[in-house]
Amino acid sequence: MAEGHKSLNLTLRVWRQANRQAKGEFKVYNVKDISTEASFLEMMDILNEQLINEQVPEGPVAFDHDCREGICGMCSLFINGRAHGPDDDITTCQLHMRKFNDGDTITIEPWRSGGFPIIKDLMVDRTAYDKIMQAGGFVSVSTGGVPDANAIPISKVIADEAMDAAACIGCGACAATCKNGSAMLFVSAKVSQLALLPQGKVEAAKRAKAMVKKMDELGFGNCTNTGACELECPKSVSISHIARLNREFLKANIKD
Amino acid sequence: MAQLDSKIPEGDLKDKWTNYKEHQHLVNPANKRKIDIIVVGTGLAGASAAASLAEMGFKVKAFCYQDSPRRAHSIAAQGGINAAKNYPNDGDSVYRLFYDTIKGGDYRAREANVYRLAEVSNLIIDQCVAQGVPFAREYGGLLANRSFGGALVSRTFYARGQTGQQLLLGAYSALSRQIGLGNVEMHSRTEMMDLVMVDGRCRGIVTRDLLTGEIKSHFAHCVILATGGYGNVFFLSTNAMGSNGSAAMKAYRKGAYFANPCMVQIHPTCIPQHGNYQSKLTLMSESLRNDGRIWVPKKKEDAEKLQKGLITANDIPDEDRDFYLERRYPAFGNLVPRDVASRAAKERCDAGFGVNNTGLAVFLDFKYAIQRLGKDVIEQRYGNLFQMYQKITNDNPYETPMMIYPAIHYTMGGLWVDYELSTSIPGLFAAGEANFSDHGANRLGASALMQGLADGYFVLPYTVQEYLADQFNVPRMNPAEHEEFKKAEQDVKDWIDKLMNVKGKESVDSIHKRLGHIMWENVGMGRTKESLETAIKEIKELREEFWKNVFIPGSKDGLNVELEKANRVADFLELGELIARDALHREESCGGHFRLEHQTEEGEAKRDDEHFMYVGAWEYKGYNQDPELHKEDLNYQYIKVQQRNYKAGK
Repeated sequence: MAEGHKSLNLTLRVWRQANRQAKGEFKVYNVKDISTEASFLEMMDILNEQLINEQVPEGPVAFDHDCREGICGMCSLFINGRAHGPDDDITTCQLHMRKFNDGDTITIEPWRSGGFPIIKDLMVDRTAYDKIMQAGGFVSVSTGGVPDANAIPISKVIADEAMDAAACIGCGACAATCKNGSAMLFVSAKVSQLALLPQGKVEAAKRAKAMVKKMDELGFGNCTNTGACELECPKSVSISHIARLNREFLKANIKD
Repeated sequence: MAQLDSKIPEGDLKDKWTNYKEHQHLVNPANKRKIDIIVVGTGLAGASAAASLAEMGFKVKAFCYQDSPRRAHSIAAQGGINAAKNYPNDGDSVYRLFYDTIKGGDYRAREANVYRLAEVSNLIIDQCVAQGVPFAREYGGLLANRSFGGALVSRTFYARGQTGQQLLLGAYSALSRQIGLGNVEMHSRTEMMDLVMVDGRCRGIVTRDLLTGEIKSHFAHCVILATGGYGNVFFLSTNAMGSNGSAAMKAYRKGAYFANPCMVQIHPTCIPQHGNYQSKLTLMSESLRNDGRIWVPKKKEDAEKLQKGLITANDIPDEDRDFYLERRYPAFGNLVPRDVASRAAKERCDAGFGVNNTGLAVFLDFKYAIQRLGKDVIEQRYGNLFQMYQKITNDNPYETPMMIYPAIHYTMGGLWVDYELSTSIPGLFAAGEANFSDHGANRLGASALMQGLADGYFVLPYTVQEYLADQFNVPRMNPAEHEEFKKAEQDVKDWIDKLMNVKGKESVDSIHKRLGHIMWENVGMGRTKESLETAIKEIKELREEFWKNVFIPGSKDGLNVELEKANRVADFLELGELIARDALHREESCGGHFRLEHQTEEGEAKRDDEHFMYVGAWEYKGYNQDPELHKEDLNYQYIKVQQRNYKAGK
């Protein structure tokens, strides 16, 4: 593993913004001897350790992260103009420094989307996604009194497709990437997962309508099928789910 | 040394939980609205408890430190969830799941709790399917199962390699529904800083808003801690960066007993460490051991060449490969429990057979499974795990074997709870990994998800109600006017000022890394009296240093990540010592607790049932004071206690 290990000296242009109201700006920092084996966020840790030791007035860089294995959806950086950086099908925390070259300048920004206001530096507020989920992202069953798990056979193909949609980690890369700031990929992933399964089908149309309504209320833009979201989705959620969402949404409106 | 009362219900093992439910006290629907419940943590246990209790009509306030309840670290569990459905018709039953769990835990878990866990396991699968969790299915449309370590049946349900994610999103969806309905008040990016005690009962918590720094207290008739495990005391672990032991430690300081803190699980299949700047370790699911074969070279010269990078795994012919788990444990082979597999890897590496440049790695090889089943089947089963591995290491596991090494993963120890999941503080409950109750000295794979959801969906909704049955007459207290609440808030403010005022020179992470190093070297996979005494001494010194020399930039108002970390590390610095003390007092080896002085001639863990068949629960006695040990004897009535044997089939 270590055979190909190299050291990088890098220039980082990092977005610094004290709070939501403050005016932000890029600050330039240099980091040295970063191993190509390190993850991108480990490089950020090294930067922060440096900023703490130097006691710079702006303090360490605030950024969201938690599981560091690509599943919690908390990390959220725009790196050199791409959500989750210059690699495919991964989150920022899975990005490794071997994707960069010695002497590179790396530009690091927060998600920029009307639906996700900046909290500080690279940290944004994504509670809008929670609110959309609260509006309908569930099957209305309570604990207990449900049928045996094998009572409803579900074809493997359908179950697999539902799983593809359910893989969404709610990171927000889709809305952050979309030129319209649309959250359609996120919303469609949940609507589609539950509409595919018999358990969720019962209230599929109602769900689609409620979630889309909430999404609109929260200031996300409309989908114009550019497909950028699908490209940047770390879990490869397909825009075909948006088509299914549109069908369910249409059904709901025809019923009205 | 007092004996603890675990409040196990009367009756035959099979009837205890039924008897409990049939005779417990209930709260009528109109009164439920008058009762507040606080749930701290929104992982599997917390989210499922919060949702279920809200559905029943209680008023719930839920708290998490992440930006959304969906991000709790349960989400990272990969392999699966156990249940005794016996769908594959391979001989499973509630009793067998109970038996495997007790045996896997090396006879250090409480029979009645574990039986209840096995009993409700089937309900969990039903519940999750009803929520729309997309479990793996067979072509006939029914649910698929796979096998896991420590079991001879296939009882593990899974959703690709993302089972934890799917189960958590199921619980999160139920929680979201209740938030939307106004039955749960959700506080994200909020950290619990202390408990509030009124007349000997837990009546609320004090929190810090991680964005504004505001210190605030909240009232509830009872509090549930579902705050996960404390593996990050070792700095490097498979836990999320924010996972911490602080809620448990704050409860411990308020009088809740801490049980079996030394029972820490070291997971055998993690990606090896690659540098000292590393911030966390990544787990590769145990499910990989279904099809992967673990080996190191038979010849030391081959190992040395591997370490120097002169040859690769594929240069070593099959006859020169030592499949040491299959050799040592023919009956279970690569599917021995985690503690056994971890120690066996360490044994080979310590003997000089490690396969990477640090000498701290073994191979997990899919060549044979790909030959047997084809690449497509392997990709279907483990595709996302292989992708993750490749992104991290730049190696392609379809072509060269994975390299793995054990890492800290899960903590079986936790807050002591009785059968009702009540801690030793009335009104304070603990669920999921935060309690100690079901896994004894070692947890079996796919059992953490089972326990978290069992506690939240099917145990707490009953036992909490029993506690609350006489509480509806207690009027809601106003934290702004109540002396105890105001005092608790002030204590938290003082604690934060104390941290901010150290104004030293060393960063929090730097001290945390040093703590992790002490822990891993002295309280890790092989412990001795000497190493544990060293650990206790060095942790004490490091703790003094922390309080003299930690540096926290910025201010206490507003977002300050360094302050958040400092609060957690301050607690870890006490918890680490407690772990070492517990390990020192337990003069035996059992499960994940391995004392080098206590092993069989073959190098297996040697229990001392005569002296240590008990739960060790520690009572806090003050800062830098020796804690007091309380014992809960374990009486096995329904299971024959024997030495764990994974070698023979009969």
